[in-house]
Amino acid sequence: MEGLAIPLNHVLFVAALLFITGLVGLMIRRNVIFILMALEVMLNAAALAFVAAGTAWQQADGQVIFMLILAVAAAEVSVGLGLVLQIQRRFKTLDMDQARRLNG
Amino acid sequence: MLLLNLIVIMLVGGALAWWSERFGHGVPRLVALFVVLADLLYLLIAAAGIPREKFSLIPGATDPSSWLVSLKLEWIPRFGINFELAMDGLSFILIVLTLVLGAISIISSWSEDNNRQGFFQANILWTLAGVIGVFVALDLFLFFLFWEVMLVPMYLLIAIWGHEGKAYASMKFFIFTQLSGLLMLVAILVLAKMHHDATGVWSFSYFDLLGTELSANMAYWLMLGFFIAFVVKLPGFPFHTWLPDAHTQAPTAGSVILAGILLKTGAYGLIRFTVPLFPVAALEFAPIAMLLGVAGVIYGAILAFAQSDFKRLVAYSSVSHMGFVLLGVFAWNSLALQGAVMQMVAHGFSTAALFMIAGALQQRLHTRDMNKMGGLWHHMPRMGAVALFFALASLGLPGLGNFVAEFLVLVGLFKVNVWMTAAAALGLITAAVYSLIMMQKAFYGEPNPDMKLHDFTTLDMAAMTVMIIALIWLGLYPQPVFDLVQPVLESLYVEVGTPAVAGGTE
Amino acid sequence: MSQLIWLIPLLPFVSSVLLMVTAGGLPRRLIAIMGAGSVGLSAILVLMTGLEFHQSPEPYTLLLWTWMQVGDFAPEFSFYVDQLTIVMMSIITGVGFLIHLYSTEFMEDDSDYSRYFAYMNMFVASMLVLVMADNLLLLYLGWEGVGVCSYLLVGFWYKDPANGAASRKAFVVTRVGDTAMALGLFLLFTELGTLQIQPMLEAANATWVTGDTIPAIAALLLLGGAVGKSAQLPLHTWLPDAMAGPTPVSALIHAATMVTAGVYLIARTHDLFLLSPDVLLLVAIVGLATLLLAAFTALNQHDIKRILAYSTISQIGYMFMALGVGAWSAGIFHLMTHAFFKALLFLGAGAVIHCLHHEHDIFKMGGLRTKLPVVFWSFLIGSAALAALPFTSGFFSKDLILLAAFEVPDVGPWLWAGGLMGAIITAIYSFRLVFIVFYGEAHTEPDRQPGWRMAGPLSLLCVLAIIGGWFGMSLDSVFPVSDGAHPSFAVEAISIGIPVVGLFVAWLVYYKRSWSVSGITDSGLGTGLRNFWHHGWGMDTLYDALFVNPYNRVSHAMRGEWVDHIYHGIVALCVALHRVFSGLQTGRMRLYATSMVFGLIVLILLLRWTA
Repeated sequence: MEGLAIPLNHVLFVAALLFITGLVGLMIRRNVIFILMALEVMLNAAALAFVAAGTAWQQADGQVIFMLILAVAAAEVSVGLGLVLQIQRRFKTLDMDQARRLNG
Repeated sequence: MLLLNLIVIMLVGGALAWWSERFGHGVPRLVALFVVLADLLYLLIAAAGIPREKFSLIPGATDPSSWLVSLKLEWIPRFGINFELAMDGLSFILIVLTLVLGAISIISSWSEDNNRQGFFQANILWTLAGVIGVFVALDLFLFFLFWEVMLVPMYLLIAIWGHEGKAYASMKFFIFTQLSGLLMLVAILVLAKMHHDATGVWSFSYFDLLGTELSANMAYWLMLGFFIAFVVKLPGFPFHTWLPDAHTQAPTAGSVILAGILLKTGAYGLIRFTVPLFPVAALEFAPIAMLLGVAGVIYGAILAFAQSDFKRLVAYSSVSHMGFVLLGVFAWNSLALQGAVMQMVAHGFSTAALFMIAGALQQRLHTRDMNKMGGLWHHMPRMGAVALFFALASLGLPGLGNFVAEFLVLVGLFKVNVWMTAAAALGLITAAVYSLIMMQKAFYGEPNPDMKLHDFTTLDMAAMTVMIIALIWLGLYPQPVFDLVQPVLESLYVEVGTPAVAGGTE
Repeated sequence: MSQLIWLIPLLPFVSSVLLMVTAGGLPRRLIAIMGAGSVGLSAILVLMTGLEFHQSPEPYTLLLWTWMQVGDFAPEFSFYVDQLTIVMMSIITGVGFLIHLYSTEFMEDDSDYSRYFAYMNMFVASMLVLVMADNLLLLYLGWEGVGVCSYLLVGFWYKDPANGAASRKAFVVTRVGDTAMALGLFLLFTELGTLQIQPMLEAANATWVTGDTIPAIAALLLLGGAVGKSAQLPLHTWLPDAMAGPTPVSALIHAATMVTAGVYLIARTHDLFLLSPDVLLLVAIVGLATLLLAAFTALNQHDIKRILAYSTISQIGYMFMALGVGAWSAGIFHLMTHAFFKALLFLGAGAVIHCLHHEHDIFKMGGLRTKLPVVFWSFLIGSAALAALPFTSGFFSKDLILLAAFEVPDVGPWLWAGGLMGAIITAIYSFRLVFIVFYGEAHTEPDRQPGWRMAGPLSLLCVLAIIGGWFGMSLDSVFPVSDGAHPSFAVEAISIGIPVVGLFVAWLVYYKRSWSVSGITDSGLGTGLRNFWHHGWGMDTLYDALFVNPYNRVSHAMRGEWVDHIYHGIVALCVALHRVFSGLQTGRMRLYATSMVFGLIVLILLLRWTA
């Protein structure tokens, strides 16, 4: 893979940027859909890092884990959307700060 | 395999009793009674098959054949944890006591209308299984497992079938025993670690851990961990406060098992583990332990006198009586120790009977308040006479087992500490005060002519007769018990080395 | 025969157990036959044992089985028979049988006939074990056994709470003494290594010399047991209350047998007491103080049974004095004669009460001399013996005691004078009783006459109360012989004459009424003193204030389980902490996520710096 010249550090930097975007989104957004999307962004950031690392070390593990993350993301979204529907039905809103029945 | 079978029969029997509920409300207790009696019979037949001379052998550490029965299976070899069971004379007596009182507790549930009989009886049998396990386990990890096994079903018995304050009482019971058990677990793990550090081998076996070299400080702390676990169960002052609540709120069968058997596991633990594992530390600690014993004797007696709740009175009398056990164990000479063992057996019978009477009274009068009783002898002379007998037993009437026990403890203690003996002897007076006031308030006095009460049934009387005969036998000819226990106590001496100051009789 | 002595206590025991197990299911006649018959059979066996012993007077031991053996502690179930045992057994079974016979009639109307005889037989069995015991632990078994039977019989009519209170008082007060005695047993065993009486006493003589501290402490502890059981100062307060039981019970337990157990105990272990002369003197002083205190109290009672109860305390005081001055035989002799005449008096009192609708107050009686002649003669003879009028049984025994007291160096004359003072008061109160109850005007009419089962025992006891002192007993094999010096004739004459003076005073005051004492008794001081004496010198009040009330108060104050406050405190702490930390649990998802992120950052930074 001589031809590819994007250095690993650049890819990792992008991945970190993506991850932080997701994390900040998770922390500041109230809408549950945006929270889910932020989670997806974070997952993808991790996936990107794996792919890049796999390429850098010439190992297939990175791709394998990427497939796993895809599956996890799919599963997560299906559960998450189910929860979104439930929250919408119960609380008549998608604002997560309204759904705080677990306060002590 | 005898020991494993004993436990498995009880566990499976419990499940069987639960399952048998589908055949009718009254079936589970029949099943349970059958299981316990079968277990007892099995044990006795097996014991009869053991050569007689083995009973007088001193059970040693290295030679499993010197024990009556032993069994060792590999369990978690990586940490040196084995499924190691063994029975000597002491365990044998306590298991017999467990099974006899277990059968009696099941009989006592006959007249009590508990719903979900199947699960009820299952819990009783499981508790008994745990207790038997405690009495025979010689691997400390396994011991701890059984210690917990007997706790949970007992908790359920109180929490589900208890009286008005059951939530509080069961929670208190659970937290006290659980927390103290945790201390023991920590002590066990540290002890095993110390043993590993010294020898390079992981082992939880009692025999391996017996001689572990410990610094004085470490031994003292570990001893305290064991001591507290056992003394909470005993219960000793000032860790006794769970007991009046638990006893009072538990259903009759639960109280019988709790008072008759479960408390003895604490005493057993003290004799089997606390002192032999840490002899030097225990000897150093003995004055404090004895002081707690004296305090328990007196405190329990005073509070028993102050109660108006029949069951609570009996519960506090247990605190007082178990104080003698604590005294006997820490006086640590053969007289006092024999007395302590005898007290365990005799107190098992006398208190179990008193709790049965309390349960019968509650069943008939729907109250435990003695101020609302009075003159019951007139209505129920049989129950009155039986109550009188056990009240006299509990105040230490010579000729009954409790007297032999208390006398031996005090004689043994006298050699060690005269003043504590004098203080503990005050317990003889105070015991008379509370026992007699109990008789007076409940059974003597002006009867209420409107009351219609039915006396003890034949089944009740049969259970009572067993206990009466047992107490008279223990009081007039206790030698068989002493003979069974003597080699065990000697083995503790041999392995431990008699603490220099406390002994003197052997 | 000597192999069969175990039957003597066993017969009443078996009868008792049968009566308990059948729980009143038997016909009354059979109950009576079993109850009285078993004691009668025992009496016959005792008679045979006694005759045999008379021929070969060698003490022997019968081992039944080893009670328990732990190390060197090996008390046995074994009986020891010597002259003293025979005397005690004879009193217990002989007088016991008469009282049982009497009871068959006395208790006839009671619905708990069977329970009564079950308790009574159990008592006789326990008392026999007490006196036959070869070791102190077995003696202690009998000792507690009689205590329990006494408790059960005092509270026999359980429906009245007052009886219950009296029975509990009796048991608990004696238990105080018993506990002292138990400590004495611990001490003796620890020091001497055995509780078997004869070897123990030999060991004591071999180990200690006269005046040592340890035997003094041991003797003192045993004395504690003895004063409890025998109702001597300071543990005498239970006996007057114990009169709540049926009267034959008072006759058997609280006059003839159980209350003399303390005397027996001291006599049995006299070697120990001889090793500690100070304690022995204390025994005499306790006896003297008790006999005077009780005599003055008896003078001021209205209840016929309470008079007799205090008189019993007083007479046992004489026995203690006898023991204290080393007149062992005289003490046991007085024990025997006292058993005869006091049983007679109690049974007579029982007959009066039985025939007068359960009337106890002597001032509501009167003029019964002609109406209940049998009872009158019984009472007269009994009182004469109690007052120690010449040639009655009580005269011989009391005379021996007084003379022996006089012989004691230093304090002897004082003891003697005190005893004389007691004797004159004894004569006054016993004949006060006779004159008030049997002479004068009748206040209550008897509704029945005693039948043969009551009259028979009364007559027999009358005979015994008169002639019981004519035959001296030989207890020389048991006790050290005194040197037999005799005091001067004047001392003897005064000792003999004093009771007659007492009788004369009583006759003047209570019969002729020519000499009124109301001038003295109704004065301010007199009234106060009468009240004080009537209430037993305020001992009950004192003990209530010192022990009973504080115990009640303390136990009541501690009732709520103060130890639990500690645990409740821990619980409260946990709850408070929970309040604090649960505030962090807002339920806002974003907050959780944010705190996790920051936590992570802090952790990473920490790792970075520490690595």
